[in-house]
Amino acid sequence: MPKSISQKPRVALFVTCLVDLFRPSVGFASVKLLEDAGCDLEVPMSQTCCGQPAWNSGDREDTKDLAKAVIKNFEGYDYIVAPSGSCAGMLKKHYPEVFAGDAIWEERVEKFAEKVYELTSFLVDVLKVEKVDAIVKADITYHDSCAGLRELGIQEQPRKLVNSIKGVKLKEMKDSDVCCGFGGMFSVKYSDISNSIVTTKTENIEAASPHMLLAGDLGCLLNMAGKLRRQESSIEVRHVAEVLAGMVDNAPIGERASKSGRP
Amino acid sequence: MVEITSPAFKANARSAMADEQLQKAMGHVRHNFIDKRATAAAGLDEFEDLRDSAVAIKNHVLEYLDLYLEKYEEKVIESGGHVHWAATAADARGQILDICRKAGAKTVTKGKSMISEEIALNDSLAANGIEPVETDLGEYIIQLRGEHPSHIIAPAVHVTMDQVREDFLKHHTHLPPDRPLDEPEQLLREARAILREKFLSADVGVTGANFLVAESGTSVIVTNEGNGDLTQTLPRIHIVIASIEKIVPTLEDMSQIVRVLARSATGQDMSVYTTLSTGPRREGDPDGPDEYHVVLLDNGRSSMIGTEFQDMLRCIRCGACMNHCPVYHAIGGHAYGWVYPGPMGAVLSPSLIGVDKAGHLPNASTFCGRCESVCPMHIPLPKMMRHWREREFEKHLSPATQRGSIRGWAWVAKRPLLYRTIASLSARFLWLLGGFNRRIKSLPLASGWTRHRDMPAPEGSTFMSQWREHQASLKGDL
Ligand code: SF4
Repeated sequence: MPKSISQKPRVALFVTCLVDLFRPSVGFASVKLLEDAGCDLEVPMSQTCCGQPAWNSGDREDTKDLAKAVIKNFEGYDYIVAPSGSCAGMLKKHYPEVFAGDAIWEERVEKFAEKVYELTSFLVDVLKVEKVDAIVKADITYHDSCAGLRELGIQEQPRKLVNSIKGVKLKEMKDSDVCCGFGGMFSVKYSDISNSIVTTKTENIEAASPHMLLAGDLGCLLNMAGKLRRQESSIEVRHVAEVLAGMVDNAPIGERASKSGRP
Repeated sequence: MVEITSPAFKANARSAMADEQLQKAMGHVRHNFIDKRATAAAGLDEFEDLRDSAVAIKNHVLEYLDLYLEKYEEKVIESGGHVHWAATAADARGQILDICRKAGAKTVTKGKSMISEEIALNDSLAANGIEPVETDLGEYIIQLRGEHPSHIIAPAVHVTMDQVREDFLKHHTHLPPDRPLDEPEQLLREARAILREKFLSADVGVTGANFLVAESGTSVIVTNEGNGDLTQTLPRIHIVIASIEKIVPTLEDMSQIVRVLARSATGQDMSVYTTLSTGPRREGDPDGPDEYHVVLLDNGRSSMIGTEFQDMLRCIRCGACMNHCPVYHAIGGHAYGWVYPGPMGAVLSPSLIGVDKAGHLPNASTFCGRCESVCPMHIPLPKMMRHWREREFEKHLSPATQRGSIRGWAWVAKRPLLYRTIASLSARFLWLLGGFNRRIKSLPLASGWTRHRDMPAPEGSTFMSQWREHQASLKGDL
């Protein structure tokens, strides 16, 4: 690949399979945020999935194959950014484990992993973004997704950016750092337990009485939105990137139109 | 025997979630332990350093375990005690039974010990005409109820106060039925009075050990009720039952780990009693047993050394992992189906009873990582659960449909063009299913999901296809 002639960092967007399939608007919001922050952004077209479903199912061989493909596709960029703490955690923290003891890949994966970031932490920690331009009038509560929080230390960064949106009031819920019960295949395989956990979560969300629930991971969002919709809640659910990019006119997750009790 | 019901984990979990009393009792776990631990950890500047040094001590021990065990044995013998090596649970039961029989024991008092649960000691004693009496209040309660501990440090955490009152009224029939039993103190006083007589009449006292100190041959128990002290000093014979990884080299090492243990477990700076015992009563000692025995249990642990599960042997049984586990909060400890519940059980139980039986446990985790973040011994619990999943996958123990779908999905994901096509079709298909309300109420392939919540419908076409169009239109504009 030709070296960039500009001073802009060359950033590759790792879209994630869930955003690709369920919510392309998160991808476009990420593109906007990264370009606004001065990145030379590209979307490598042969990306599919980071391999986490295989990794968490104990399928090491398939994980390796998928990881190799991701590394080959993305290692040429200055940075690799994903709108997901879970997928970024997979690329950054788990790929080195996948190749532990593999003489040929070990070093290569280390170099690759250093360049991987989750979206909000990349904006705040690397690009030193202090605020976004968006205007959204809403009371917002933020759920800390587990992998982002505990593998990558993401907690302050999204809040800092959300707080900079004009019109937003951040209302913290109780136990925002406790799992929502998604856990990938867990939510289907152990659906009753998952349901008990997400029910506790939606109680805490409702108790904070926000207009909107945000998080940085689409898996958790589909889970919480699915439960809130089943409970006929009026709280709208969105990925944090959408709101930071000011893209809130489309329908929220699992709803037909941006109705909302927002003022 | 403690019946192993781990294979029925899903059904166990379902009935636990439908059990109102249990759910009420579990509500307390969610915050009590968590807040207390957080305060205790934050209140000690060197807490993180202590964790690191605790890890270093245990790692060192595990590297030289055989040497430290020999040293420990030597010291116990020097101080007049006896050491019995038990390769299996049956060996340990046999050894304890022998000691009791030789002593003509009729009653055995017991301090809290998970190893005793692991080897199912109470059943074995009772079957041989010896009455085991649990002296820890929580253990006493569940013994009355004919249950097993549901938590490794708070065995009766699944029982509500009301239930305890009923149990006492039912079993303590020699007391007036209209006595006041509404306050925890009243319950405690009643249990104490009953246990006091048992302490005095017991022939043998059995305790566990939180630590075995190699340099001095000392066993150490950490308790809050003082029952352990009475159990080990009043009867003529004291038997310590402990697993081999409880060894630490020195008293200094022990005191370092004790500082993270209580803070992680109950949020106390120190437990109320830290009791050290070394050998039988010596001349001039005011009290103590005439005989001192240590039964050292392996039961599969030595075969964990050198494997990806070795780190689990650092565990000091503080319970912090289960106190912070959302799955444990939802279902309680009994649903796990064997002695050890929660995240530590999800890693340890497959080692001890076989992954074929305990296979659900390492799978029933969201990998939220909260257990690892609070484990004082920095045990990478989620990573080890994943290792068990790998073993299950390799051995074809995972359900065939699940295996097949993962392999099939991965096959497609390795072929980007095919993947794009299938993703586009799925986005379209699910979009259609979403109908007017943009949510799917029932999805046969993910019925587990849609039984409890809706599946939000996708936006209709994939990001990649929209991006391609977007790029093409930009080129067109140029
Ligand atoms: S695994 Fe860690 S947190 Fe859990 S009981 Fe053992 S030492 Fe405590």
